[in-house]
Amino acid sequence: MTKPKIAFFDFASCEGDQLQIANLEEKLIELLDHVEVVSFREVMKEHSNNYDIAFIEGSCTRASDEERLKKIRSNAKIVVALGACATIGGINSLKNSRPIDEIRKEVYGERAEWYETYEARPIDAVIPVDYKLHGCPIRKEEFLDLCKALLTGQKYNPPNYPVCVECKLAENVCVFEKQMTCVGPITRAGCGACCITQGAVCWGCRGILDKPNITAHKEVLDKYGLTVDEIKNKFNLYFTWQGVAK
Amino acid sequence: MNEANLNINLHYVTRVEGHGNIIVNAKNGKIEKVQWQVPEAPRFFEAMVIGQKWDVIHHITSRICGICSIGHTLASLKATESAMGIEISEQTYNLRRLAIHAENLQSHMLHIGYLVLPDLLGVGSVVPLASSHPKELQTVIRLHRLANEMSDLICGRTTHPQRLIPGGFTRIPTKGELLNLREKLLTSEADINSLIKLLKTLVIKLPAFTRETEYVGLTNDKEYALYDGDLASTDGGREPVENYLSWTNEYCVSHSTAKYTKRKRDSLMVGALARFNLNHKQLREKALKTAADLGLVAPCYNPYMNTVAQFVECVHSLEESISIIDAILKVGLKDEKPQVKLKAGRGIGAVEVPRGILIHDYTYDSNGICIKSNCIIPTNQNHSNIQKDMEAFVPTIISKPQNEIELLLEMLVRAYDPCISCSTHMLKVEFI
Repeated sequence: MTKPKIAFFDFASCEGDQLQIANLEEKLIELLDHVEVVSFREVMKEHSNNYDIAFIEGSCTRASDEERLKKIRSNAKIVVALGACATIGGINSLKNSRPIDEIRKEVYGERAEWYETYEARPIDAVIPVDYKLHGCPIRKEEFLDLCKALLTGQKYNPPNYPVCVECKLAENVCVFEKQMTCVGPITRAGCGACCITQGAVCWGCRGILDKPNITAHKEVLDKYGLTVDEIKNKFNLYFTWQGVAK
Repeated sequence: MNEANLNINLHYVTRVEGHGNIIVNAKNGKIEKVQWQVPEAPRFFEAMVIGQKWDVIHHITSRICGICSIGHTLASLKATESAMGIEISEQTYNLRRLAIHAENLQSHMLHIGYLVLPDLLGVGSVVPLASSHPKELQTVIRLHRLANEMSDLICGRTTHPQRLIPGGFTRIPTKGELLNLREKLLTSEADINSLIKLLKTLVIKLPAFTRETEYVGLTNDKEYALYDGDLASTDGGREPVENYLSWTNEYCVSHSTAKYTKRKRDSLMVGALARFNLNHKQLREKALKTAADLGLVAPCYNPYMNTVAQFVECVHSLEESISIIDAILKVGLKDEKPQVKLKAGRGIGAVEVPRGILIHDYTYDSNGICIKSNCIIPTNQNHSNIQKDMEAFVPTIISKPQNEIELLLEMLVRAYDPCISCSTHMLKVEFI
């Protein structure tokens, strides 16, 4: 059997998701027994346009990048969006809440016109995407799970239940009990509630569930005497694009 | 007689973080164009933090960079703490120093082992090293993993840390965990020694190009500065970080989405080589000996030696981390709850991250909402220097075959270990 050819690409991002793949260390070398990496600019010089699976990190933030995305789509049999910037627009889409011209001028001053940009968007707003690996950053173990599924011809399905489920399993004290706020009740799980376990809150990096139980989340807020407005800034961190899309 | 015709258009230099191009054109031996371009998509982080609350700012700005997310978090926290007058404990100070050593080790090992070593061993990437140099690769992997475990233990995650918050930590490691880490750091000495041996045989392959420039870094009287210090230059001068704007003087160029900086000259260099040139006397003895063994002598004007300076810092970080753990355990670990009282004001935080000085600057209103921000990224400070190096280097190698010139220039860019996606994630520059 010939090894499937895989390629990695990145758009507007911190490249933290590709870093998780490098962080697989020995396991990455084992994976290389089963796939052939033909393009990965961050770690190799060689490049080929002949690949079966394309992993794309980052958001699309300029019209001129759309053509590159379309080329990747036409070259690849399977396209996987890698990490929050690619799956839901990620932190990048925070900038969408203000007029583009205003922020361009704010950052680049009189030279604003040199810097092309539009509303940050996830990859599937530009090209069809077959699979999404959520998270900011992705979990390296989940990347391996996805690879195993694809290599054995199976479908990969990310969880569609809230972070709260995994948070209970991790035996964490509820964030709201600690007088903090959290978007775990409507955020897609798959992370094992890692941030809450470390003493932080759920920031929403895996995006809103397919069918979030908004009523339940409002009940939680009511119980702790909070309003949606009070936690709005947490909603905006990762949900700006999805919020607009829905 | 040189009749070289060159048409180099390296669209996306590989094995660097982010997108950069190298353009060189020459006709009949006459150089027409030498240009370092940065076409990375700009991300506008400043716009993202405006209107956000003090307790999410570090979460947002850590996303500027995956590789140095700990450094961005620390610079961000220091700026917020300075703006609000938040004091940190000795324990927090020491744990943060450990965090910065962990990131330095992680990032340097990634650069030295995965990105530069293939050039020195004559292969296209780290992948073929698995069969051509399995022992050496395993050594690199073990050290890289140790650095990641250290980041996990101190920060709660290797990339985009969770435990670091304004005023302190949400959670701290246990005594047992720290002792376990200490043991691992001690036993990693064998791996470091075998890399010293390997690099000794390889440093001769680094081009002997030199160009004297200004080297800028943080400095302090207590230690080899990473977590804290004043701005200092090999051209002379030492000032508190609050005066950073006169040290950075950012400007825009049309062929780059990243801003450039300069001080008094056309360009300056930050990063491991700059730190070494400025503060080498404060390195641990073993690190100093390693530098001597590998032919790194201050002042060193060869940018390719930045990789060697990074390795010397790895040796330093391993030893220094053990001392920090000892200092923490001597006092004993305490559960501390960070105390934060909101206050309007402006704060500036600077740290040395793997690629050089990183500065965050925020202004908050009395409700703790960010109303102004600025951020100076190390790679931005190096872009002009990369350009000037290329301009000086190309004429000396113009008679070589085009593919050799390409490789030498790629290696030059790589030596700077540029973090290009970082550098286009610029926040605003305020000229006050």
